[in-house]
Formats: sequence, C-alpha cells, structure tokens
Amino acid sequence: MAPKIKLLQGNEAVVEGALLGGVRFFAGYPITPSTEVAEGMARRLPKCGGHFIQMEDEIGSIAAIIGASCAGAKSMTATSGPGFSLMQENIGFAFITETPCIIVNVQRGGPSTGLPTKVSQSDTMQARWGTHGDYVAIALAPQSVEETVHLTIKAINLAEEYRTPVIVLLDEVLGHMREKVTIPDEGEIEVFKRVKPDVPASWYKHFEITPSLKSPMASFGDGYRFHVTGLTHNEEGFPTADPKKIQAKLDKLRNKIMRYVDDICRVEHDGMEDAHVAVVSYGSVARATRQAVMMARQKRMKVGQIRPVTIWPTHDKLYKQLFDSKALEVIIVAELNMGQLITEIERVAPRNVKVVGLNRYDSELITPQQILDKIREVR
Amino acid sequence: MLQKSSVIHEYLRAKKQFPNVWCPGCGIGIVMGSLVRAIDQLQLDRDNVTLVSGIGCSSRLPVYLDFNTLHTTHGRALAFATGVKFSKPGMNVIVITGDGDALAIGGNHFIHAARRNINITTILINNQIYGMTGGQFSPTTPSDCYGTTAPYGNKENHFDIPKLAMGAGASFVARGTVYHVTQLDKLIAEAIAKNGFSVVEAFSNCHTYFGRLNRQGDSVRMIEEMKKSVIPLKAAAKLPPEKLEGKMLTGVFCDVEREEYTDRYEALIASVREK
Repeated sequence: MAPKIKLLQGNEAVVEGALLGGVRFFAGYPITPSTEVAEGMARRLPKCGGHFIQMEDEIGSIAAIIGASCAGAKSMTATSGPGFSLMQENIGFAFITETPCIIVNVQRGGPSTGLPTKVSQSDTMQARWGTHGDYVAIALAPQSVEETVHLTIKAINLAEEYRTPVIVLLDEVLGHMREKVTIPDEGEIEVFKRVKPDVPASWYKHFEITPSLKSPMASFGDGYRFHVTGLTHNEEGFPTADPKKIQAKLDKLRNKIMRYVDDICRVEHDGMEDAHVAVVSYGSVARATRQAVMMARQKRMKVGQIRPVTIWPTHDKLYKQLFDSKALEVIIVAELNMGQLITEIERVAPRNVKVVGLNRYDSELITPQQILDKIREVR
Repeated sequence: MLQKSSVIHEYLRAKKQFPNVWCPGCGIGIVMGSLVRAIDQLQLDRDNVTLVSGIGCSSRLPVYLDFNTLHTTHGRALAFATGVKFSKPGMNVIVITGDGDALAIGGNHFIHAARRNINITTILINNQIYGMTGGQFSPTTPSDCYGTTAPYGNKENHFDIPKLAMGAGASFVARGTVYHVTQLDKLIAEAIAKNGFSVVEAFSNCHTYFGRLNRQGDSVRMIEEMKKSVIPLKAAAKLPPEKLEGKMLTGVFCDVEREEYTDRYEALIASVREK
C-alpha cells in the first residue's frame, strides 16, 4: 500500500495520532489556538465508534475524560493556557486516582487571556507544577507536525502504561503550521493495551502497590466495583489517615514514573562531544536552534544542540552525561518565556559551566539569527 | 423494618470501616437507605451501577455502597458522570450531590446536564447549608436565615431546585423529604427508571449547623417539622394560594418524554460509522 501522505497542521496531527493511539473519547471546549483538535475529533470519532462531547467548560472537559477513562475508554482533551489553568484541579484528581488521560495544551501567550493567537512556551512550568500537591508529571513536546502524530501516540501509551495523565505541549506555531506528514499504518505503530486485572474481584485492589509499581486497572462495569476518590487513599481506594499509607501512596505517585525515566524520557542531542557552547530548546524553538547550530558550525564554532522531547520529568543522569565534557563552557537555554526550562538546566548543569537564557516573550518566534548572535556573544 | 435493614446490609461495603462521617441524626443516611431500596426494587445489576459524587457531606455517600463508585472534586460530579455515561451508555449512572456542590460551584454542570437530557439520575440532598466546612450559607439557604458566613442573616435569594431543573430541561423532577421515606424510595426508583436527566431533591436536615444557627432544634424536631410543613403537589393543586404560603411542595413536578442524549449520539454513530 502506498504511504498515506497528508498536508496537515499540528492540531490536525494530534487528531491523527489520537485515533491511531486508540483514543475513543474526547471532551473539549473551544479555545484558540487548539480548537481544530476538537473540530477534528467531532468529525472523526463517531466514524470509528468513538464519542465526542463539547462540554460547558474546560473543568467539565477534563472531568468527563477522567470519568470516561474510569469506564475504560482511552480519553483526551485539548486546550490552551486559560483552559489549562481551569483544568488543573481535576488534573490533580487524575494524578492521585492514577487515571490515564491525555491533555493537549497548545500554548499561547499569557498570563490571563494574554495572546490567544500568538506563540509562547510559558506553560512549561505549569505542565509540571500546575496542580497543587506532590506528584510527578509527564509532558512531551514535538517540534514538527509529523512528530506530533508520533508523540501523541507515545503520550497515550505512557498514560496507559503508567496510569497517569500525560500532557502534550504544543505551541501556537506548531498547532497551526502545515507540513507534509506520512501517516503511519496501524501495523507500523505500537499501541499499549491497558492492563486489566486477572484476579477475582475480592482480591482486586485498584491502587495496588506492586513490585513494578505498575498496577492493573479495572474499568467500571468489569465486575470489580472499586472506589475512586481524590482523598488520599489506601491500596483499596478507601480514604486513609494512616501516615504510613499516605506516604506509600505519594511515594508510589513519584516512583512509578521516576523508576522508568529511561523509558519515558527522550532527549535528542547533536555535536555535544566537543561543543564549547550547547543550545537547549524545545518545540518550535528547537527548529530555529537547528538552523543556528548549522550556521555556527559553518563558521567553525563548536556548538552542540540538546532537544528535550520529554520535557517532564527531567532525566538528571542523562543531562549530566551530556554536560560531562571538558570542552563545554556555556549552555544557552532558548525559550519563548522569561526563563522556565532554564531553572531545570541550571539544576543539572556542572558548576563550572555557565547557563544563560535567550528569552523572547513579545509574541514572536526566536529566529536562528538571534540564537547565532547569542552563541557569538557568549563564546 | 427488619426486612428493610437487611436489604441495606446486602449493599454495604463490608470492607469499608464504619462508623460513617455523618453526625448522629443526619438525614443523609436515610437518603442512602432510600437509594438502596430503590436500586434493589429495580433489580439493577450492581456491576452496572456507578455512583458519582462531588465534595461535601452528601458526597461521602457512595463510599459505603457496593457499586462502582467515583468520589470526585467539588461541584464536578455531573461532569465526571457525563464521561462515564456517555462512554458507556448502558451503565446506570447516579449522582449523589448536595446543595452547595450541585448548585453553587457545580451550577453550570447541573444546568448543562439537564439541557443535554443525558440519562443520569441526580439525587440532590438539600440541607440548606454547607455542613462539612461548618455551616456557611448555600444557594438554598432561605433569605434572612443564618449561616457562619451570614452572621447577620442571608441577604441573597435561594434557588428553587425543581424550577431550576425544569427550566434547564430535565425530564423528571421530584422532591421528597427524609421524613417521607416511603415516598422518597418511590421517587428515587422512578427517577432511576426514567430515560433522561432526572433530579430528585431529597430535603434533609443539618441540625448541627442549620438547625443550631437558626434555632430549629435537634434532628428529631427538624424532621418532625418536615411533616408539618409539607404539602403533596396533588393536594396543593386544590388549595388556595394563601394556604400554601411557607409550605414545601413534594411529589413529581415534571415527568416528560424527551429524546435522550446518549440515544441520539449512538444513533449518530450508527449512521456515520465506517464499515
């Protein structure tokens, strides 16, 4: 069969990835610049037996997808800054109840209504720390429309395997930009099937702390009749005030992710072996970085590039290995905000390496020339 | 009565530690009994029943019962329930909520679930106050009544739950009280059986806060007062308006046939589905 080639925008690529990854439930609320995701899902889902609902707000949207996930559906919502803010309380509910779901955030400028049609990466930290309490978030960030298809599938798989909400961070440029995309065949991609319990109902614990920390998940209607609550709970799911059980629950939320960072985290890098300067960036900015790094190398400057594909969690060891080079003097962190990712890079960078930010938050993209100028400035 | 208790025991979660969170004399336990008897009478497969609740005293109800149970965030029970019901239309979805949960923080979800006419049964336990947080006035606290955040009397108007539900498009709307238990059993059963969005206001007592702050006495006195202040809708229809002043009407306010949301969407899927 000839490969399926399409000209798609990033938001449409989310739809393609979602359907390939098995999402059959979508709840959303219109918001620029993510609305095309909802429009695509409204059109496509019923055709494959899935369900699309436009809820009364973003709070309802995230609530509905968590409810649907408890009932067994792979589920997703898509939004942008203000909607992402509204969703935070229920994202926390998904964390503590270990309910898989996907939240796509097509970032725009903020705070508040901010810049609905302009590009930004100012939700980088909100993706990690948005809801109250202790937890570890997973967030993925593609740099191209084609990668959006694949990372959406990956996000769904991670959510299902680790029983956690996963955030896909796009930005306005990526969401609306059109590029050539080869849509993979169903046979070419890996789709994780939710692991169901195989024990009798009386043995089942919905939040069991297993040796692998991966717990099977029954759905409502499977005969297990379990309890799900946002109150801190024991392995059965019932509220607990026992300090040991409370700590065990919270440790599980962290460790079930952090034990598997090798599987979860992808960080691309190039030319780091002898680089004097490294540029760290993600999403749209990583493309400008690629161009700038090539321009710099043509001028015989030793510049490396690092692109976190997994923005959260931070794989400390991996970064430390990348930064472990005598040649490395300066790390530039380029981002479309006042400096968010840079705090993580500063944390993991060696003490003798200078970390500087290249920040733009005036609604425009960072250009390759700006990055090149910054490289020259810090060398 | 003995027979009635044994029905409830069948549906309680043996593993769950009692006693419950409610104050002695609270009406919420009576509503729980009514709900169990209604489900038992309808002979629903308990694997196929999901109870969804929000936050507050009433929302603690599902944890004690042996069904699929989902205790969510404040005000959002109906939105979570919409996800469960819409993705699994064969599931019997019942929302347990309170006056603050459903009508203040959750008011938007309440009217939109009614507008969609999604087949969810909402048991709205109205005790006219926020009990769990200690007696603040709610959207159903009558004007000039006291709450800890209305120390000089409540200067707001209150919602009439049946009118609100009907205005928003619910198919079945009823009101009962925790005094009139046999009627409450029946109203809840009818609401669950209804294919459409249904609301049962279960009027209850919070003697701990509402009763104490408004000098309405203990649990027994408050529940006895329900007996005196209630007029069934059918009887009210024959009475002149002056006789209805200060009275609470009970019974079925609305029972209409309307196309149900998940039925319509499943039909849509059938019509557009590929191969």
